Amino acid sequence: MGMTIAEKILARHCGKKSVAPGAFIEAKVDIALGNDVTAPLAIEEFRKVGGNKVFDADRVVLVPDHFTPNKDVKSAEQCQILRNFAREQGLRHYYEVGRVGIEHALLPEEGIVLPGDLVVGADSHTCTYGALGAFACGVGSTDLAFAMLTGKCWFRVPQTIKFVYKGKLNKWVSGKDLILYTIGDIGVDGALYKVMEFTGPIIKRLTMADRLTMCNMAVEAGAKSGIIEPDGETIEYIEARAERPYETIHGEKSARYARVVEYNCNKIEPQVAFPPLPSNTKPISSVGDISIDQVVIGSCTNGRIEDLRISAQVLKGRRVHPRVRLIIIPATPKIYREALSEGLLETFIDAGAVISAPTCGPCLGGHMGVLAEGEKAVATTNRNFTGRMGHPKAEIYLSNPAIAAASAIAGKITSPEAL
Amino acid sequence: MEIKATAHKFGDNINTDDIIPARYLNTYDPKELARHCMEGADEEFVRKLGHPSARGHCIVAGKNFGCGSSREQAPLAIKGADISCVIAESFARIFYRNAINIGLPILESERASKRIDSGDEILIDLNRGKVTNLSKKENYKVQPFPEFIQEIIRAGGLMNYAKEKLKRKRLNP
Repeated sequence: MGMTIAEKILARHCGKKSVAPGAFIEAKVDIALGNDVTAPLAIEEFRKVGGNKVFDADRVVLVPDHFTPNKDVKSAEQCQILRNFAREQGLRHYYEVGRVGIEHALLPEEGIVLPGDLVVGADSHTCTYGALGAFACGVGSTDLAFAMLTGKCWFRVPQTIKFVYKGKLNKWVSGKDLILYTIGDIGVDGALYKVMEFTGPIIKRLTMADRLTMCNMAVEAGAKSGIIEPDGETIEYIEARAERPYETIHGEKSARYARVVEYNCNKIEPQVAFPPLPSNTKPISSVGDISIDQVVIGSCTNGRIEDLRISAQVLKGRRVHPRVRLIIIPATPKIYREALSEGLLETFIDAGAVISAPTCGPCLGGHMGVLAEGEKAVATTNRNFTGRMGHPKAEIYLSNPAIAAASAIAGKITSPEAL
Repeated sequence: MEIKATAHKFGDNINTDDIIPARYLNTYDPKELARHCMEGADEEFVRKLGHPSARGHCIVAGKNFGCGSSREQAPLAIKGADISCVIAESFARIFYRNAINIGLPILESERASKRIDSGDEILIDLNRGKVTNLSKKENYKVQPFPEFIQEIIRAGGLMNYAKEKLKRKRLNP
């Protein structure tokens, strides 16, 4: 029996010729990642068992991106734990405010994660890196401590569900809409403990930005990871930034899947996920009349330069609705700089938006735009759980950046077509 | 190990923002986290627990318990609140590993999840994988942990398991 790309990567990293779903393995990790919410606990656990040195100072990555620039004293102290540990251990990849970006936008951009890698990160959206042809999954702080100490992590080899996207993409439909549509179809536990492999002619034509967005939200269907086989697009992206040698891995034709799901994209409109679950999706044409108070464009899901470009395209020469606050968060300093030189920031400011420093910020209700009771927001983020962006009685609607920008102008959820 | 506990029932897809809202994540002290345990799903939950008593409390939930973020503060908040066990129809995978890694007992059982109501008195035998509902006089079968996970539990969590392995390596290089 052949192996899927996920199974092949796992087999290589535990020194076996093959692995089958269900097997428990202890595998070597290429990158172990933590942030300012999860790493302090990992560092404490690391020290508790007498850890002195991390397994490899080039492969432990710490990104203080959640509550930075520090929102309060406690957050500042959490970041201090990361900073001191990074200095003591001589970590190659640690980023201060000014250089720090949202981890899952930053690591691909810096060429830290590469095709064929096995990555664990103490952040649930670590699955983003599957877009590069890596096997990447979110773990907890104790897992991160174990990985920092030993360079390994335990896994149960997951089954894979194959998703095939056919047809053609409608106007304003992006990777975000494909993944929202998919989660809407299979549910928030539709891929529990499994890998979601995205394939088909539509995926082949997607930009890396769209592929990263799709894999990013695999966890919202309960998946261990999302993954896309590397192709010419991947290699072009990677070659421009890889910081070490890599080897692309491909699945075998005889690989076995738990399920194969096919979608005809001709039928897929831009999607909006209604509160309180990412699976609660509706096509934009049947959203109805929903007035909003705030729009957030950013996050590890949709804070890349491509997302800012399409937002600027919609906002150009228009003004944000007087009742609406539009917050735009470039995901990394490099994206910020590109948006500056392309004139996107000027478009945003002219439209009446505010531009934030790169941070996870409001996505998890941390800072930089939390909501009051009864407020409604459209966000290009990944979760619309109760209380996620602030008050438990605030509502979050998830969409792609074009819909979010159009909604900021209209003051209600709408498509750019309707402006 | 036998646990006697009062059940507190929750529905499907209880996410980590329900268990411990992100605004409290600027700490990882279990006792501080415990003050806000399950606040997103039921603001009154911690008050309902009252004073910790000998019979303890357990959470019983539906499908996909602990979905969402990877925050280990979620199982820590539950453990910190002296909840002795979580029974669910299924768990989100990161929550599942976090609970095992920090030594919070969790059990998967569709029938227990469906049959147990809030206030039921539950007897849990972790070693035998048996749940008894003393109020309804019923028994439920529980999925036993795979051998690999039992090894981590026996060691007292993942870091103790790591410590033992490192020691063994030093003794037999």
